Amino acid sequence: MAEQDGAAPYRIQGETGAWEVVIGLEVHAQVISKSKLFSGAATTFGAEPNTQVSLVDAAMPGMLPVINRECVDQAVRTGLALEATVNEVSVFDRKNYFYADLPQGYQISQYQQPIVGEGVVHLDLPDGSVKEVGIERLHLEQDAGKSLHDQHPTKSYIDLNRSGVALMEIVSKPDLRSPEETAAYIKKLRSILRYIGTCDGNMQEGSMRCDVNVSVRKPVDGYGTRCEIKNVNSIRFVQQAIEYEARRQIEILEAGGSIDQETRLFDANRGETRSMRSKEEAHDYRYFPDPDLLPLKLDPARIAELKAALPELPDVKKARFMRDYGLSLYDASSLIEERATADWYEAVVTGGGGKRDPKIAANWTISELFGALNKAGLDLADSRVSAEALGGLIDLIGDGTISGRIAKDVFAEMFATGNDAATIVEEKGLRQVSDTGEIEAVIDAVLAENQDKVAEYRSGKDKLFGFFVGQTMKRSGGKANPGMVNDLLKAKLAG
Amino acid sequence: MSALLELDLIAARDALRARKITSTELTAAYLARIEATAGLNAFITVTADKAMAMAAASDARLAKGEGGALEGLPIAIKDLFCTEGVLTTAASRILDGFKPTYESTVTGNLWRAGAVMLGKTNMDEFAMGSSSGTSFYGPAINPWRGAQDAGAPLVPGGSSGGSAAAVAGWSALAATGTDTGGSIRQPASFTGIVGLKPSYGRCSRWGIVAFASSLDQAGPMTRTVRDAAVMLSAMAGHDPKDSTSAAEALPDLEASLEAGVKGLRIGVPAEYRVDGMPSEIEEIWTRGIAWLRDAGAEIVDISLPHTRYALPTYYIVAPAEASSNLARYDGVRYGLRVEGENLSAMYANTRGAGFGAEVQRRVLIGTYVLSAGYYDAYYRKAQRVRALIRRDFDEAFGKVDAILTPTAPSDAFAVGANEDDPVKMYLNDVFTVPASLAGLPGMSVPAGLSARGLPLGLQVLGRMFDEPMVLRVGRAIENAAAFTARPAMLEGV
Repeated sequence: MAEQDGAAPYRIQGETGAWEVVIGLEVHAQVISKSKLFSGAATTFGAEPNTQVSLVDAAMPGMLPVINRECVDQAVRTGLALEATVNEVSVFDRKNYFYADLPQGYQISQYQQPIVGEGVVHLDLPDGSVKEVGIERLHLEQDAGKSLHDQHPTKSYIDLNRSGVALMEIVSKPDLRSPEETAAYIKKLRSILRYIGTCDGNMQEGSMRCDVNVSVRKPVDGYGTRCEIKNVNSIRFVQQAIEYEARRQIEILEAGGSIDQETRLFDANRGETRSMRSKEEAHDYRYFPDPDLLPLKLDPARIAELKAALPELPDVKKARFMRDYGLSLYDASSLIEERATADWYEAVVTGGGGKRDPKIAANWTISELFGALNKAGLDLADSRVSAEALGGLIDLIGDGTISGRIAKDVFAEMFATGNDAATIVEEKGLRQVSDTGEIEAVIDAVLAENQDKVAEYRSGKDKLFGFFVGQTMKRSGGKANPGMVNDLLKAKLAG
Repeated sequence: MSALLELDLIAARDALRARKITSTELTAAYLARIEATAGLNAFITVTADKAMAMAAASDARLAKGEGGALEGLPIAIKDLFCTEGVLTTAASRILDGFKPTYESTVTGNLWRAGAVMLGKTNMDEFAMGSSSGTSFYGPAINPWRGAQDAGAPLVPGGSSGGSAAAVAGWSALAATGTDTGGSIRQPASFTGIVGLKPSYGRCSRWGIVAFASSLDQAGPMTRTVRDAAVMLSAMAGHDPKDSTSAAEALPDLEASLEAGVKGLRIGVPAEYRVDGMPSEIEEIWTRGIAWLRDAGAEIVDISLPHTRYALPTYYIVAPAEASSNLARYDGVRYGLRVEGENLSAMYANTRGAGFGAEVQRRVLIGTYVLSAGYYDAYYRKAQRVRALIRRDFDEAFGKVDAILTPTAPSDAFAVGANEDDPVKMYLNDVFTVPASLAGLPGMSVPAGLSARGLPLGLQVLGRMFDEPMVLRVGRAIENAAAFTARPAMLEGV
């Protein structure tokens, strides 16, 4: 039975006691760049097969790779954002193996001297503590093409559009201890990559893929033998794969067996991992420095330039939101996960001459806007309510033009039509009534219609006050200023 | 007709510019000569129509007083250079029917300079060999015959043997070669022509079928040293498409050609006196030393202590790179495909049928030396020795301006010889491989005839990017040697 409540560490209960799961991740993140790592071919997703293939990508005889400096910059940016060492000299190696969608017969990768060394990712745990997950390294490498096995009864088709696209392989240390932590790590990493614009993090389109290393141990023991689960393409699958794999290993160990170090596949349909190849069958990749490429040398000035140009990163932004806007960790975290969301929220707060209450703005953004978007299955980018428009709505509440309750109706209208709040309030006559005489007239009518209840109230049945408020609001069409209704009712009933 | 063939590159260039001859007649003479010498099997593909069209275009430019440095000059291209729309085979069955959609940088440079393409020359398969006998298209033959045994065909050396045979047999004014461990210089020595391997990085490797990327270098094969200077000037230059291409500007290669060797220090490395070296090789070397001394050079005894490790180092590094470079010939996208019941079987069938024995041997050696558990003992150690060999040269060039050695340890051998003994075949490269490992420029210049009446070359090595010095010393040897011998087949042409 797996449990995780509060600060208790994640354990899987086996026949022989509790087991700890040790997880390390290799994330393959496709670099955002106009062209491929070593060729000028385009990288757009979803193009017709074999339309984005240069002579280099197809490994025609005599073709040579030339490094794309933009991809190098992207790797450096990522290294800096992961608080990692950026190596001024790194080396590209050839990883040799045969496959039909690997035209060169080798992948150009980095083996012993990667472009980025050790770094760290900070995770906020549910109990409010922060966990540091070590980054072992980040290296640049080429993606392979794609084999299509379902297009012909006996033949495979090859699409080389992806062949040669730049990937960053980001290798974590075995610092993760539960499926939830692993999910949080992937989300955080994705958030960082999106902030700095080096990877779109789209797991569905395969622009971010995970290899998951899983082992189990009794909590005090050293590391157990790990299995690598290849190419898991959603966070949910990663969690399922870890849980399944950990239980599988525990069962074997508790039955007196031992774990074979091997590469496994996750079968999403059956929710299980399957052996792909054992250590004995593992490829001998015959790595050696690519003689077509010189060692990659980085100018320290360029690294400094890229560092200076990095945007505010999620952790820093979160701290600032909590400090400057008085937001809770929860609110700040949900607002900063995506840079666009954080920017959107800040546009609301800083608009309107700085008069807007950041907490009210956060509530409206998180509860109302995110809620409505979620319900409609839309992204912020699809929202018909702009930051400026939401700010306008908040201003109308602030200056008493509408009540908070009416504001929810106005927001629903804004969300559906894209109109701004003031227009909707004007057109529908939703402006709050704050005229004493007007409200008094309504109250008088209510009291006149409910003289029996007035008498009861006056004889001590205080609870009826709410009834009079409700009736007054109803009769005013919800437009009466609730504060004034309260005050005036109290005065009249006191009679 | 024969008068046209007598002209070397410079003479033909001048005659064309002076409008004494036309490129059309010159090209036609060479195409006829190619037909007459078909027995040399020097060409895999003859591009007669293309040649005549290019010649006509050159004539039009020349008529207007325009044209590049090689305008209208018919040359041959080793079949390792990709040539747009023209069959490019690397003399391998695996590239069966392959016609590139692109032109190599070096050949592109030559056509821009106005040269006329006669065709693609025969070679050892994937440039792996020293005889041009491993070609899928059959062996290329040396125009020279031994004095005692004129019936026995000899090899033109390799791997650029087809280019060497074409130039020596006058079926091309000049040719391109490539040199990985001696593939320009050794055939030049065997056929009595000039062969220049430039510094690594001088000529772009873009569009040249790769053998061993850290060693491959294109260069000219010509009748004279000056012809080589003119050819290389057109071939070389920085190419952003080749990351290993040198940024150094190419100096004027003809400027100091006739400066002589007076006052130059010429190194003679003790380690090149190898065991079992034929006395006539020793003698031609001694003669070369004397020529340079007589011309005013100071002869300096030098030591290149790691020379004896060069050949084994080369035969680790080159096959290692080749095993990876040749992985792309897998039957999936171009060239030969031999179907199989699954992907692995298709690979095995294709590569088994497509690659000849020597290529397979080197792919296996290369795969072995890179494999887990052997990498450190072979590949890594070879890289370290390579660094030491480079250092040997660095130290030597602190004391001398150029180095003089024999080019090859023998004269041309019989077609079919050494084929059952790869190590004996590899020994052909013993004098040429060290400079290849160090990336240095080297040139073979015809120096004399062996007892069998066959040409012998001397090799001049220079500092990195010091091609002018190599050419200058080579020119001095050419002057002193006054090598005018011709293969018998050229008599009465």
